Order: sequence, then C-alpha cells, then structure tokens
Amino acid sequence: MQRRVIFDNKALPYLLLAPQVAVTLVFFIWPAAQAIWQSVHLQDAFGLRAQFVWFENFEAVLTDPAYIDTLRITLIFSGSVTFLSLSVALGLAVLADAKIKGAGVYKTLLIWPYALAPAVAAVLWMFIFNPEIGVLGRALNDLGFNWDYRLNDTQALLMVILAASWKQVSYNFIFFLAGLQAIPRSVLEAASIDGASAVRRFWTITFPLLSPTTFFLLVVDIVYAFFETFGTIHALTHGGPGRATETLIFRVYQDGVVNHDLGASSAQSVILMVIVIGLTAIQFRFVERKVHYS
Amino acid sequence: MRTDESTFDRNTGRRRSVMDLVPHAILMLGVLVFAFPIYMTLVGSTWDAATIGRGNLPLTPGGEAWANYAAAWNESQGTRILHTPVRIMMWNSLIMALVIALGKIAISILSAYAVAFFRFPLRMVFFWLIFITLMLPVEVRIIPTYEVVANLGLIDTYAGLTIPLIASATATLLFRQFFLTIPDELVEAAKIDGAGAVRFFIDVVLPLSRTNIAALFVILFIYGWNQYLWPLLVTNSGNMETVVIGITKMIGNGEAATDWNLIMATTVLAMLPPVAVVVLMQRWFVKGLVDSEK
Repeated sequence: MQRRVIFDNKALPYLLLAPQVAVTLVFFIWPAAQAIWQSVHLQDAFGLRAQFVWFENFEAVLTDPAYIDTLRITLIFSGSVTFLSLSVALGLAVLADAKIKGAGVYKTLLIWPYALAPAVAAVLWMFIFNPEIGVLGRALNDLGFNWDYRLNDTQALLMVILAASWKQVSYNFIFFLAGLQAIPRSVLEAASIDGASAVRRFWTITFPLLSPTTFFLLVVDIVYAFFETFGTIHALTHGGPGRATETLIFRVYQDGVVNHDLGASSAQSVILMVIVIGLTAIQFRFVERKVHYS
Repeated sequence: MRTDESTFDRNTGRRRSVMDLVPHAILMLGVLVFAFPIYMTLVGSTWDAATIGRGNLPLTPGGEAWANYAAAWNESQGTRILHTPVRIMMWNSLIMALVIALGKIAISILSAYAVAFFRFPLRMVFFWLIFITLMLPVEVRIIPTYEVVANLGLIDTYAGLTIPLIASATATLLFRQFFLTIPDELVEAAKIDGAGAVRFFIDVVLPLSRTNIAALFVILFIYGWNQYLWPLLVTNSGNMETVVIGITKMIGNGEAATDWNLIMATTVLAMLPPVAVVVLMQRWFVKGLVDSEK
C-alpha cells in the first residue's frame, strides 16, 4: 500500500532510511544472525575455534531436565500473570465504564501504575511482603503462616506472579476501557429493556464485542510475561530460591551473561526468537481480522 | 442467571442507590490495592533505617523525610551500603529516556516518510527489515548485541546505552499509517507551489504530526526510563548507572539490616518522572498507547 501522489527524488529516500536501517542492521539483524550461528556451533573456551555441530546445542538444552523445569515455571508464571491481569482489568474497566459518578477519577487512579518499571514494582512488593520488615509479610507470620518467599518455592513464585500482574493491570485496563467505550450504548439499552440482567448483558453482548481487544491483550500479556518481567524477577528473587522463579528469559541471561555458556545461551535465544515470531504472527493475523466477526 | 439489579427500576430510587455503591466499593478496593504499595514506600522513605530494620515501620509518615532524600540524592554512602548518588543516576536515566524517546521518534518519522512518500527500488525490503525488529527484542539476542557494543567500544557510554534501543518498528508503522491519510491534494498543491520533499516535510508533515509525536513521546519516555536488562548489561561503572538498576543494586540480598530508608527514598524519586509524565499528559498517553498498538 502506498500513496498515489509521491515525490520523485532518487537518493533522498535512502538517506531518510539510513539511520533506522543502520541501527537495525548493526544492533538487530547482525546479532540475531550471530545468535543463530552460535546456536549451531560449538566453541572452545577461548572462542578461537568453532565447530559446526548441527542441532547438538538444541538437543542439549531441550533434554536438560532443568530447562524443562524452567519451561514449566515459565508456563505457570505466564499463564497466571496473563489470566490475573486480564480478569482484574476487565472487571475494573466494566465498573469504571458504567455511568457512575467519579468514573474519571477512578480512571486516573488506576492507569498510573503503567508508568512504573517492572523492577520498581518488584521493589514495592518486596518492601511490603518481606518477612522481616514488610508490613504484610510480618502480619502473615504473626497470623501463623510460615511466610518467607526467600526460602519457599511456591511463595516466591506467587510473589513474582502478583508483582508482575499488579503492574500489567493498568495497561489492560486502558485498552478494555477504550474497547468498552466503543460498544454502542443502544445495543446494551435494548437488551436492558428486553429484561436481560447485567450479568447476562455482559456475557452475551459486552464480552463477545470485546473479543478483539481481549485477544490482542492476551498476546501482549504473554509477551510481557515472557520478556519484560525479567526486571521483576531479577529484582525480587534473582530466580531463586534455587531455580524456583527462573523463567526462560532469566535462564538465557543466567547461562549467557553469568555462566558464559555461549552455545546453550544462543540455542535458548533462538528458541525464544521462534516463540516471539510465532506470537507476533498470531497477533498480526488475528488482530487484522477482528476476531468476533469471523 | 438474574441478579438483583435486573429488578431495579428508575422509579424505585432506593434499591438503585444501594446497587450503585457496589461498583464504587470494588473500584475503591482496586485503587487501594494499587495505591497501598506506593503509600508504604512513601512512608518508608520518611523513617530511619533502624525503625524499618526492626520491622516496626508504622503506617503513618515519620520525620526523617528530608534527611533521607538529601542523603540519597547527594551522598554515596549510607550507614550500611555504598551507592551512586541518586542525582547522578537520575541524570543518567533522564538522558537515556530522552535520547531513546526522541531518537526513536526522529529516525522513525524519517523512515516512515521515505516509505510513504517515495517509490524506489528495495522499498519493501527496507520496510520488512524495519518490521522484523518487532520480533527481535533485546532478550533474544543478549550476548551477540553485547559483543557488538563491546567491539564498538561503547560499554559505559550514553551511546551504548541508547543507540541499540533506538530502532522502532512500532513508531515507524504508526507514522506511516498516519502519512497515508494525508490528502493527495495537499501534496499536489505543495508540488505546484514548487516545494520539494524536504520543504513539504518541514512545513506540512511535521506540524500535522504534532499530536502523534506528543503521544509517542510519552510512551517512549516511559519505555526508556524503565529499561532494565540493557543498562544492566552495558554499564559497569557506578557513574553510568541508571536509577532503576541502582535500586536493585542498593537492595543487594534484601537483608533486614540495610538502609531501607535510602532505598525507599530512591524508589520514590525513580517513580516520579514517569508517573508525572503519565498523570500530566494523560490525554496523549492514552492516545499514544492505543494508537501505537493498533
């Protein structure tokens, strides 16, 4: 797709594209190609010689029980974060969209957490739920719960899930609210006159009409949970205790940057690349089509 | 399923007013869940380290606010931790956020202009090249990108911190989309007046893009300010640390006996710029967010 009327300079368009293309080639395409190259090679400790090993690195990664465990944790983590942040945001958006007094104020009060860095959200949660100094962490222990997310696997996972979801709600809220405001009032009013209850109106009219928004957010939230929560996990638990909160992305960082295992790290990078490409493809395919019409 | 609400009638005001309270109650609960962690951080920044370390943090502000903020802002040593003064870290974060936001806008608007207003060989190749960056987040190419930056001697420099993040498919797509809506008559009129592509860009396209630029700026400023993984990789020296990274470095292992008062003051300062941008520029923020994800 392009405009009908255009300018006809020969060199100018290339000049205009040059900065973006240069950055893309140097910092995106070349490193990505390197990652792919490294993922099918085995390098010696000094990086002097490399041997082509087909899919050995992938085999090693995918048959490693620790990696499978990381995959399991990632799925639990991403699934929970996506479900929690979507459902809470939808509930709040439906309420804030209803014609009640002060809806605008609630809107402002609910959207600003978007501005927080994932790592900062983690620090806020740590300060409250720290078993020794946190207000709620101490309260839990006083009530007889054995609360210490620094030692207990499940509690650690719960903490990162809650901190990551907490931050993502405002993003989803903004989009749900925009989606809700686009639904024609007349449809809802007609159903109301026909005697459909609020709950019924929601499930038969609002929810189906929101499905493009929901689907779009589903993909965005999965991407968020996979990639952007690195800061949350790094700040809150450092992947621990043990490996209880290590997600795929944390593992890449750990193997590549901390343990200097190039082959394994780049094989994992390529696996993640395939996941992002898949998610992006799904997003573009379905968002274009407007889910609920098809 | 029928809820109570279906029986309400515009004339029976009483039941209606009771039902109206429920959304308010739930929304307030939502606001509380989002505000409470922030509130406790504010409270934490106004007490001394010993009170917090003993786990005796009250729910109301104390009197150490000035001392804490001044110490975190200016000094590099608490009673138990060493840290980069917050004014240096805030400055680094500000530079990073501004260069990333303005850089992304600048190179994206230029490439979108090239793609939309010119026809030239390899146009679609360049377009796809830029598009592909969507699928290559820094997390999937950590090590090779780090190597490129290291080879260019950009570790611990502002250039290394910002340039690799400056390519933007989203911003390019957004500007291109907008450029396609500029009427052909406008371009023809400009051509008849003898204006070339550069003139037209400066006199017509830039002014028309003002709202889009403002909206994108808000989103990208927050994106830049909140970066985590990349600054963690490319900065080693304390003088180049950004404030989000600085907080987690200050926390270290998260022991009870640390300068939590300074950490909380730093956290509050780290949150201020992005939150201020969202709250003060709410209109553009929501527009930017919704548009850039279409």
